[in-house]
Amino acid sequence: MKLDAKIPVGPLAEKWTKHKFNLKLVNPANKRKYDVIVVGTGLAGASAAASLAELGYNVKAFCFQDSPRRAHSIAAQGGINAAKNYQNDGDSVFRLFYDTIKGGDYRSREGNVYRLAEVSVNIIDQCVAQGVPFAREYGGLLDNRSFGGAQVSRTFYARGQTGQQLLLGAYSALNRQINQGTVKMYTRSEMLDVVLVDGKAQGIVTRNLVSGEVETHAGHAVLLCTGGYGNVFYLSTNAMGSNVTAAWRAHKRGAYMANPCYTQIHPTCIPVSGDHQSKLTLMSESLRNDGRVWVPKTKEIAARLQKGEIKAKEIKEEDRDYYLERKYPSFGNLVPRDVASRNAKEVCDNGQGVGKSGLAVYLDFADSIKRLGQPEVAARYGNLFDMYQQITDENPYETPMRIYPAVHYTMGGLWVDYNLMTSVPGLYALGEANFSDHGANRLGASALMQGLADGYFVIPYTVGDYLANIGPAPIDATRPEFAKTKAEVQERINKLLSLRGTKTVDEYHRDLGKIMWEYCGMSRNAEDLKRAKAMVSELRADFWKNVIVLGENEEVNQSLEKAGRVADFLELGELMIDDALNRDESCGGHFREEYQTPEGEALRNDDEFAYVAAWGYKGDNMPEELHKEELEFENVKLTQRSYK
Amino acid sequence: MNLTLKVWRQKNSTSTGKFVTYKAEEISPDMSFLEMLDVVNEGLVKKKEEPIQFDHDCREGICGMCSLVINGEPHGPKRATTTCQLHMRSFKDKDTIVIEPWRANSFPVVKDLAVDRSAFDRIQQAGGYVSVGTGGVPDANEIAIPKVIADEAFNSATCIGCGACVAACKNASAMLFVSAKISQYAMLPQGQPERYQRAEAMVMKMDEEGFGSCTNTYACEAQCPKEIKVTNIARMNREFFTAEFIKG
Repeated sequence: MKLDAKIPVGPLAEKWTKHKFNLKLVNPANKRKYDVIVVGTGLAGASAAASLAELGYNVKAFCFQDSPRRAHSIAAQGGINAAKNYQNDGDSVFRLFYDTIKGGDYRSREGNVYRLAEVSVNIIDQCVAQGVPFAREYGGLLDNRSFGGAQVSRTFYARGQTGQQLLLGAYSALNRQINQGTVKMYTRSEMLDVVLVDGKAQGIVTRNLVSGEVETHAGHAVLLCTGGYGNVFYLSTNAMGSNVTAAWRAHKRGAYMANPCYTQIHPTCIPVSGDHQSKLTLMSESLRNDGRVWVPKTKEIAARLQKGEIKAKEIKEEDRDYYLERKYPSFGNLVPRDVASRNAKEVCDNGQGVGKSGLAVYLDFADSIKRLGQPEVAARYGNLFDMYQQITDENPYETPMRIYPAVHYTMGGLWVDYNLMTSVPGLYALGEANFSDHGANRLGASALMQGLADGYFVIPYTVGDYLANIGPAPIDATRPEFAKTKAEVQERINKLLSLRGTKTVDEYHRDLGKIMWEYCGMSRNAEDLKRAKAMVSELRADFWKNVIVLGENEEVNQSLEKAGRVADFLELGELMIDDALNRDESCGGHFREEYQTPEGEALRNDDEFAYVAAWGYKGDNMPEELHKEELEFENVKLTQRSYK
Repeated sequence: MNLTLKVWRQKNSTSTGKFVTYKAEEISPDMSFLEMLDVVNEGLVKKKEEPIQFDHDCREGICGMCSLVINGEPHGPKRATTTCQLHMRSFKDKDTIVIEPWRANSFPVVKDLAVDRSAFDRIQQAGGYVSVGTGGVPDANEIAIPKVIADEAFNSATCIGCGACVAACKNASAMLFVSAKISQYAMLPQGQPERYQRAEAMVMKMDEEGFGSCTNTYACEAQCPKEIKVTNIARMNREFFTAEFIKG
């Protein structure tokens, strides 16, 4: 099947406007006859659910947490980009588009990215109107900062809690609709499958996480806003509950999974402290605006630091290697995430790492404190410094932070067309759950932008076109497909509950994470990937024989919840490895050791790999089928990314 | 570290619960409190015993999902800290730690240490928003807000909705939580058109959900992981009384 991304023809700047005009509208009187299912209540889900309900559709929204406000968007720290050019520093929609395409290492669609940049300005207006308390200047207008590899100040922020404030804004819009009865909210409810009728998505199967009841819900369209799959690595900055299950179940029902190997390893996280570690904590990369990254110049000094014989402050200026400033004089500490992460790994692999494990680099604020004074540094980063101190018991005002890269975001996800529809008609994917806008690497402050763009300003238009085409006749939930899918979900639950082996779900998850991090993490090579594939496959087979799942279905059962999620991660892991192995080039977050420039930078192969790899599920233990969507660039010239 | 835990176990909302004693052995001071519980749970699963259910998600102190009354204090002994950010270095070897769920009639126990806080959502649904739909709003910089006001509104807006204020209060009052949201909007220009009806609707809903009244013990402020101030409650009272006055 040829993939049709349905990108409108015509000049870049007119595509979205024209497309909106060409989309069919649903008669206002008919909107209430349509049921739309929204799974997940993060930025994408909450904003979509609220916006669609405002338009008049009946919305049913689902989240696995106890409240829609808990979704992991809440943890985003740094900010949200918008091409407002409030700072008069040369920003524009085209520049944001260009930076995002380049930052993604030319592996995203021009049409989608331009639309993202275009609607970015509406997002800020919307959030301010909702009462989101963004940072302001003394004149009362909005403040901006430069962020993660951008040379203009286009990032809007709310201290280090931008995600929280944006999500609470979307949550408030959702609450308004719940109050009006246009959204029915299902909390502590996990989607376990999608129901297809005549090839179209017409419902979902959920498990009530309190009663255990397996339920079916019917709708004219299903929107998956279920976030990313970073927890396949076990340790990541994702929330403990973040999982791939909804997306993976949809994949097994026919939705293609695109570029699963594109994972973002964030450079500024608190390093691992021991085997007990359950998750990693991100320190916003806004810290790189004022912090300087360095390691000792020699292994000998690093070794003494690792043993605790000397302290960072005692190392003389000439014995320090500010490697990012040295290698990338024009971007310095603000190089994109993939570049910063790989360089941290490189110096640590070279024995120059710091901290007990040697797997950390310094992020030093001494110069900024001298220049700006401690109160100003505290005003900018106070909550981050406090968080760091709480976790590590070290005071970053006095001693440099130790940071190390950690899995943070997944650019890959369900393949969607320009309308955000997956390869299954009626099934949509929004936010981090889709693959569409960030290419092979996401720039800082772009995730919040994309989640809200999809939910507030894209899906309300595009879903209407589909709904108008299928018509408002009620979905018949008595069709046998509903009962059949429900029975399959129950069968899988029963199978999991019958496993009373010897190894815990967490042990399998940790084992999987180690394999993925070691062989499919920051740098990859064909030989290791092949080995990793066999290891994951073996681990998966063992899981289904030897895992312990306790309790029953008809109760709160966290063993069962986790088991289902890890079972899906085990399958996803193999596909990620296949995808990484297939992509014989380096690009963005996907670094294949065999393909690098003489300076050790990622070396793309545009002739052969300027495509989206969309994988189709063919059955248990069968190789997945690769569908290629060629990427066409009419407005930017593909160049070697350079931040020197 | 080796610790003794006395943990509240309760099968579901209708059954009666009890304390059960567990050993937590070889605990590292660098572990978070929840990682310590993970270790205990993994040990229980290995012994084919049911793990202890507790709510948690982000583990970075922002989602508001984690709870736990630890030795009588919501979120444990450290100020301005959620349970997930509490580390075992705050305890001593051989300590006995008592772990309970939030205790309030309006927060029924779901299982073990997890409670149902949906009453908080329902209060927000009653009026915790500015009634603007998507699209058709003015340019963001057309609404100028003095920095001091924006900062103060932000301080109120940092509430994570965890419910520690209710758990800390002898009256199980939700006033700190409710007042934080009412204050945020009462201070901002965007919140003015619905200012008084919002205050009234949210306060009425709060009472309907069965939360207690405030008797000014300030326990809520002391235990709030985000240091929300009781001055918000004073502001809420003023907003509510003004609303009643306007109605006549």
